[in-house]
Amino acid sequence: MPQVEFMGKTFTIDEDGFIDSFENWCEEWVQWVKKEEGIDELSDEHKKVIEVLQDYYKKNGIAPMVRVLSKVTGFKLKHIYELFPSGPGKGACKMAGLPKPTGCV
Amino acid sequence: MSDTPKPEEILSRSHTPPKTGWMDTPINIRPGMYCYASNPKSVDYVGLPYPRQWNPMEDDWNLPENWKEIIFEGMRDRLDRFRSFKVFMDICVRCGACADKCHFFIGTGDPKNMPVLRAELIRSVYRNDFTRFGKIFGKMAGARPMTLDVLKEWWYYLFQCTECRRCSVFCPYGIDTAEITIIGRELLNLLGLNIDWIATPVANCYRTGNHLGIQPHAYKDMIDFFCEDIEEITGVLPKPSLNRKGAEILFITPSGDVFADPGTYTAMGYLILFDFLEKKYGLDITWSTYASEGGNFGFFTSHETMKRLNAKMYAEAKRLGVKWILGGECGHMWRVINQYMDTMNGPADHLEVPVSPITGTRFENAASTRMVHITEFLSDLIYHDKLDLDPSRNDHLKVTFHDSCNPARGMGLLDEPRYVIQSVCKNFYEMPSNTIREQTFCCGSGAGLNAGEDMELRLSGGLPRANAVRHVHEKHGVNMLACICAIDRAVLPPLMEYWVPEVDVTGICEMVGNALNLPGQKKRTTDLRSEDLPGMEEEEDADE
Repeated sequence: MPQVEFMGKTFTIDEDGFIDSFENWCEEWVQWVKKEEGIDELSDEHKKVIEVLQDYYKKNGIAPMVRVLSKVTGFKLKHIYELFPSGPGKGACKMAGLPKPTGCV
Repeated sequence: MSDTPKPEEILSRSHTPPKTGWMDTPINIRPGMYCYASNPKSVDYVGLPYPRQWNPMEDDWNLPENWKEIIFEGMRDRLDRFRSFKVFMDICVRCGACADKCHFFIGTGDPKNMPVLRAELIRSVYRNDFTRFGKIFGKMAGARPMTLDVLKEWWYYLFQCTECRRCSVFCPYGIDTAEITIIGRELLNLLGLNIDWIATPVANCYRTGNHLGIQPHAYKDMIDFFCEDIEEITGVLPKPSLNRKGAEILFITPSGDVFADPGTYTAMGYLILFDFLEKKYGLDITWSTYASEGGNFGFFTSHETMKRLNAKMYAEAKRLGVKWILGGECGHMWRVINQYMDTMNGPADHLEVPVSPITGTRFENAASTRMVHITEFLSDLIYHDKLDLDPSRNDHLKVTFHDSCNPARGMGLLDEPRYVIQSVCKNFYEMPSNTIREQTFCCGSGAGLNAGEDMELRLSGGLPRANAVRHVHEKHGVNMLACICAIDRAVLPPLMEYWVPEVDVTGICEMVGNALNLPGQKKRTTDLRSEDLPGMEEEEDADE
């Protein structure tokens, strides 16, 4: 799997740029994804989305469904796309260090 | 990820074959047209051979040294065990009736996507090494030796087939090309050559009971979430049971329905239906957090993997002591149940022949599998006038129905979905006759190809289906595409967005949930998506 070096850290990523393991998530990873996703500045709203995703993942071992993310953060899906141009999965989950959901999705 | 081509680029593709013969036309593996290689962790989790990192774009696929031997031994074994495979290798006369029936050939123009040629990729090796004629006459007899390029060609094109079986409807010899793809993929799996969109769901399903890897507490959370939303919309809070021993019926549906939109609205439809039937007629039904997947990506891996994943449904039915199983809006689950289960994990003697506790109807068609499709169950209820339906809440919809391939061609479920739709919505329009029922065109993303990285392949393969939808959209103003498969619900929205953006996608039970009156409900002003129902908005509540 490819590796990237950023701010003194080395990350192993998959083909879509997701981190290999949630265990390896750190602040530098957030900065890396911010740069990759072309997000200018991380706001409190970005942080809230990341926090909700990680809390849910720690409890359930899976990303929340989009409707749950929307309800818990209070952000409409459209707003989540404004925060993370690649969307809740490929943008927000990636930044939060979560794996991609697979199956009939 | 590759750049997705513009619709005009896909539409202008040529269907003229290249000047070189197919054996001499080299393979060109192209981003956008293939899915990522399987994650070794997932391959290892279910004990399948040769888990390792490999990349389809690199020359070296890190194959075991004796890979040819493994393939030949695998073929020999399967020619012996599967009479269908042997017959399908021998009897094709290359008449070409199947050639233009494949959505991938129509959409890509690549001759190796003609079902006859896709099968010929394997047949040529079969002739070369397993028939005397081929051994003597070689290329003249359509034979060619196995090489690394041939293996790569197998991998590339067997994962450009959705096993939809439209081609087999037109084959005068009855060759089921999906069965050839299935065996071909099984052979590739002997070398660890799966795609990750299949391998990881398989590992998840083996571990947690569903493709997404949803654990029991999370599954319960999701169901509770839907129930709270239903309460907000209808004023009635359903109280479904999970894993309840002694229930009469076990309900099994794809995990996509509890996770991904718009499938989640179909899940809410099930919950509304069961709540209604429980309150009105005492329906005794339970969901399971263990048999929490209808789909079976093992089916896209190997017969053995399919068998292992399928077994949990019947094991759970036995553990809970239910009489029979009700199945949700899943696609290939029904093909596995209807065509394989009985000789694989059956007969399900611990279950009873399904009888509707509400109408007394005995489902003789499910006498062996003991599993009834939700639209069969619903059709029977509607026929006996057991539901309190208000179709006017679906008046704003103009609906057409996409026959999901597996329920249509794999179990002959053609009329029940239409009967249900027309009972809950007055505006229904059929797509052209050569694109529906047993001739239905695939969504273009089935059989595990519904990943993100092969979007060009998916949008190309989905063209014939989308084209038929566009026809009824332009002719009748159709704005909703109904389907009965979780892969459909996941993949048709981006397909519509690309080809016919005015059309949205729904499961049938979502429409049922919108039409069904719950005892004690409040005035319904929104649909299950919490969108205002035209003409029923809240400000008109004054007289209530």
